[in-house]
Amino acid sequence: MNSKKEKIIKLIFTVLAFASLLFLLGIIIVLFKESFSIFKNINVFDFVFGRHWYPTYEPAEYGILPLIVASFWVTLGAMFVCIPLGLGSALYINELASFKQKQILKPIIEILAGIPSIVYGFFGMLIVAPFLQNLFNIPTGLCAFTASLVLGVMAIPTVASLSEDALSFVPKSFKEASYALGANRWQTLVKVIIPASISGISTSIILGMSRIVGETMTVLMVSGGSAIIPKSIFDPVRPMTSTIAAEMGESAVGSQHYHALFAIGLILFLITLIFNVVAEHISKKYRVKLGLNR
Amino acid sequence: MKNKIYQFLGFSIITLCIIITLLFLASIIYLIASKGFSSISWEFLTSIPRKSMTEGGVAPAIIGTFYLVIGSIIIALPLGVACAIYINEYSPTGYAVNIIRMSINNLAGVPSVVFGLFGLAVFVNFFGFGVSILSGSLTLAMLILPSIISASQESLMAVPYSIREASLALGATQWQTIKKIVLPTALPGIMTGVILSIGRAAGETAPILFTAATFYRRSYPNSPMDETMALPYHIYALMTEGTHPDKQVAIAYGCSLILLVIVLLISAFAIILRNKYRSTYVN
Repeated sequence: MNSKKEKIIKLIFTVLAFASLLFLLGIIIVLFKESFSIFKNINVFDFVFGRHWYPTYEPAEYGILPLIVASFWVTLGAMFVCIPLGLGSALYINELASFKQKQILKPIIEILAGIPSIVYGFFGMLIVAPFLQNLFNIPTGLCAFTASLVLGVMAIPTVASLSEDALSFVPKSFKEASYALGANRWQTLVKVIIPASISGISTSIILGMSRIVGETMTVLMVSGGSAIIPKSIFDPVRPMTSTIAAEMGESAVGSQHYHALFAIGLILFLITLIFNVVAEHISKKYRVKLGLNR
Repeated sequence: MKNKIYQFLGFSIITLCIIITLLFLASIIYLIASKGFSSISWEFLTSIPRKSMTEGGVAPAIIGTFYLVIGSIIIALPLGVACAIYINEYSPTGYAVNIIRMSINNLAGVPSVVFGLFGLAVFVNFFGFGVSILSGSLTLAMLILPSIISASQESLMAVPYSIREASLALGATQWQTIKKIVLPTALPGIMTGVILSIGRAAGETAPILFTAATFYRRSYPNSPMDETMALPYHIYALMTEGTHPDKQVAIAYGCSLILLVIVLLISAFAIILRNKYRSTYVN
């Protein structure tokens, strides 16, 4: 009697545990299903490499290369901001901060990672964009450069927090061995601790990148929104995420435009999926290699 | 000598990095707080918008965000805890668990706008819930599920094995052990994870963009099937829609400040609580 009840309870937990798998599969199925009909009219190659995104023209053109290029540029630019500052902050917290500073700085960085992206977008639109417009004397402050800067700052806490975790996983004995061989603190940091935690650091960078590529509200408000292939970093751009967010409201359910937006979502999903798989792979492989598997 | 110079330069650079980072983030908070503060009043927090969004308060947006967050927690909490219990208590190793782990990791990396697309296609259109609090809560629940699972699993893992064994040795079944021993011990950790997720759900905009949010409602939502105003979406809408941009900016500053304060307070509370809990139980 009792064991039957136990079995039923276990079964219930097993079923509920598969919810996240169900959701993930659901997302994949929905994205494929809803974007399928756009590929009946346009082949995949023309869709991905088409240079013109004119979904509301007659006849409409659905080429998303400008959107992909925009996402790529904005993400690349943001990496120049968040990698050095995020990693530098992590190194400071790990190596230079006193115990008390660490107790304060770590939670602060983690709390700041929670600032909603809409707040960054709002801030970028009203304060950063006009400031940069005056500073560089450019026609509009809402451009790829501004988007990169704001997104980069937004991703710093994520990169810093995850990198610091990776740095603190390095066993103390590594450090002591290096000091015993006569290396100073900086040499130990650069030649022992960073190489030992490089998998965790790369994982944090890839996860930061994944967050930037998928970020929607900030780029929607700050990047300017014109769907042309940018010639300079000060051109307004329209990344994939902001195209979906901006145009879904005005496209009729079931129209070509609607399906095209789902197809962009599918490509976006696949890109972030690749990032996540790579990040997971790296962190597994190197942890085993260094005997840090825990 | 050369080594000392390198060390000095290196340490100076990383110190500079953290100073710049903190300055950036402090200036964002400072500028929004200083400009938003003048918009905030009792009336702003408690009354409905008037004169096509140029006057009055934002109470429906605050209430709407509250409903969405509560709804998403009600859905995600039982699922997340159940999943964590399965992984940690019933089946810590094996093929099924590896698949579940992999899907949690990948679900955590899905861009928020893609959740919005899924919610639109499935909850709004396929199930016919329409643009509503229900659709928005379901979409947000999917988004916060991975973080609730990992927080729950972390705190279940921190429960010492000896306690479980003692309970089993006294003749308790596995479910009795989980219900009466493991869960109560792990509860504080699970709660901090939930509070962190509340902060996240409150600030997300993209998932509710097509599933729940509307710019303007004269009344408070009174059923889960109603569409609703929400704080984060309201900031976006004030900046991009409407006819009086000059007056709307002040309201948007007010909304940003409210959202920022809510989210930062919630996550500060959760993180401090969690660190305290970690240092008492884990070590």
